[in-house]
Amino acid sequence: MKAFRTVTSRAVVLDRPDVDTDQIIPKQFLRRIERTGFGEYLFFDWRKAPDFELNRQEGKILLAGRNFGCGSSREHAAWALQDYGFEAVVAPSYGDIFHQNSLKIGLLPVTLPAEQVKELMQRAADGEELTVDLEERSAGGFPFELDDFTRDCLLEGLDDVALTLRDDEQAIATFESAHPVPISTLAG
Amino acid sequence: MGGTLFDKVWEAHVVRRAEGKPDLLYVDLHLVHEVTSPQAFESLRLAGRPVRRPDLTLATMDHNVPTGDDTPVDPLSEQQLATLRSNCEAFGVPLYATGSGREGIVHVIGPEQGFTQPGFTVVCGDSHTSTHGAFGALAFGIGTSEVEHVLATQTLPQRKPRSLRITFVGEPPAGIAAKDYVLAAIGRLGVDGGVGHVVEYAGLAIEALSMEGRMTICNMTIEGGARAGMIAPDETTFAYLEGRPAAPKGAAWERALDRWGALRTDDGAVFDRELEIDVSELLPQVTWGTNPGMVVPIDGEVPDPGSFDDPDDRVAAERALAYMALAPGTPIRDIRVDRVFIGSCTNSRIEDLRAAAAVVRGQHVHPSVRAMVVPGSAPVKLQAEAEGLDRIFLDAGFEWRRAGCSMCLGMNPDILAPGERCASTSNRNFEGRQGAGGRTHLVSPTVAAATAIAGHFTT
Repeated sequence: MKAFRTVTSRAVVLDRPDVDTDQIIPKQFLRRIERTGFGEYLFFDWRKAPDFELNRQEGKILLAGRNFGCGSSREHAAWALQDYGFEAVVAPSYGDIFHQNSLKIGLLPVTLPAEQVKELMQRAADGEELTVDLEERSAGGFPFELDDFTRDCLLEGLDDVALTLRDDEQAIATFESAHPVPISTLAG
Repeated sequence: MGGTLFDKVWEAHVVRRAEGKPDLLYVDLHLVHEVTSPQAFESLRLAGRPVRRPDLTLATMDHNVPTGDDTPVDPLSEQQLATLRSNCEAFGVPLYATGSGREGIVHVIGPEQGFTQPGFTVVCGDSHTSTHGAFGALAFGIGTSEVEHVLATQTLPQRKPRSLRITFVGEPPAGIAAKDYVLAAIGRLGVDGGVGHVVEYAGLAIEALSMEGRMTICNMTIEGGARAGMIAPDETTFAYLEGRPAAPKGAAWERALDRWGALRTDDGAVFDRELEIDVSELLPQVTWGTNPGMVVPIDGEVPDPGSFDDPDDRVAAERALAYMALAPGTPIRDIRVDRVFIGSCTNSRIEDLRAAAAVVRGQHVHPSVRAMVVPGSAPVKLQAEAEGLDRIFLDAGFEWRRAGCSMCLGMNPDILAPGERCASTSNRNFEGRQGAGGRTHLVSPTVAAATAIAGHFTT
């Protein structure tokens, strides 16, 4: 996972609610078997409109509406945003799976109250650069919540498969020995 | 104070709990498909890690596969399918491949083969994994990084979501389907109303549903923002499961029944939120916009964006109507369609096909409509053919196709052309979901069938 500490940048404003992952990365690009190279297809259909927000603004921070990344579980959406150059997203709420996917790859999803996001959108539109600081847990000067464990994983860029195998291997083996799964046949 | 069904399944799967960390949850069943797994297998390979429990992992091919008899697979899809095949071979994961006779949509075959069982934790790199909650399992979609974590460890670190109970009360009028229940619930809840929650569906109207109906409801839980939906298992559940290939047999079956009987929310258990929906005056539901919460009864009309209080909702409605090429005030029944799609992990099971066939029997698809039926799995297709449903559809002018995700998401040759309008039994009416520029209206199988005949929305 990519470590995240802080980013200071212009922000791109995408003030629409319920932006689904089908828009972020349409299905025809999900046939690729790599993790990289999705950035050029980010918002593929919407970018055909010359006045689409991403065609008019640049930045490493995306300011988005409520329920950003709802719908399909495709991690390709988070990959595409990161590959395009975004390092953090700031929104009032997220689709649960997108939120989780973003944390897993080090694309920081910051949650702030809707009125604070609107204020940041205004400041961004006025040309202000914003800072998202994970250590301080602040975005554009507003404090945001993120638990210590998740923050530390992001700051260090920890691979959580390695973490689980290192710390919990014994607990998993113990659990398994007392937890038979009654599936009759899974072979062939 | 007792616990909820969700609490019970969660607690039974906590491998490790530590202050400040997410619980580490054990995964009983991990379903895999071609689209969201290649990068996860590749990471395992690079790290030299095996799949911990290939015996609790099952793969199928569904998203990419063409459903026409002679339709070739495009090269990128072919590569992705071949990658799944070689990954399953290399890591020892069972694969129900195309042509095996057991293939189908991942959320159809898990229950159909008896893999999905009450009290299980089920995950898959697919948001509609919520479907399996119909059996009293805790089932939710995950991303590819989490797929990798489950392959390597058979566990997932998770923070426990909040709980929401949706109780359906009243007796539904004739012709109302599970699809109408869940669309109405999403309409009430909003597409983000369930974010951060696990939903339990309860009430006599739920208990009266078949497993197929319950799966339809749990399937669309994610469309209301909640990652998982659950229904307490009962006699209907047990009758469905008994004798299925992967279900417990003999003494193990008896022991399973004893355990499963305890999987219900205790009296007095407290949910973080409750919602009640009266189905006694429910009408068939039709979506008008570009998310599943934009829904009205079939006797209703396309709403005026100005009627929404929230400015974000107004803007979203305006954008949706522009995309859908609909004017406010248009009666839903006056909207004409070009295509009808009966299929998807929401509505492609045998009961769905029977309901649609009963409507089309002896009639013919409207001359300006192209209609297709795509069974959810190879066994569903065989069963439907044994019952003569394929003849009913073919005689009526429907296409009868092979199993797959098909036009639900258009990752395969089944797509809408730009501007085409479709009555679809699938789960998402997002912009371009069924093909760039395509316009999707979500409906139940019976409404889809009747609409194919009439050429416009009807019952």
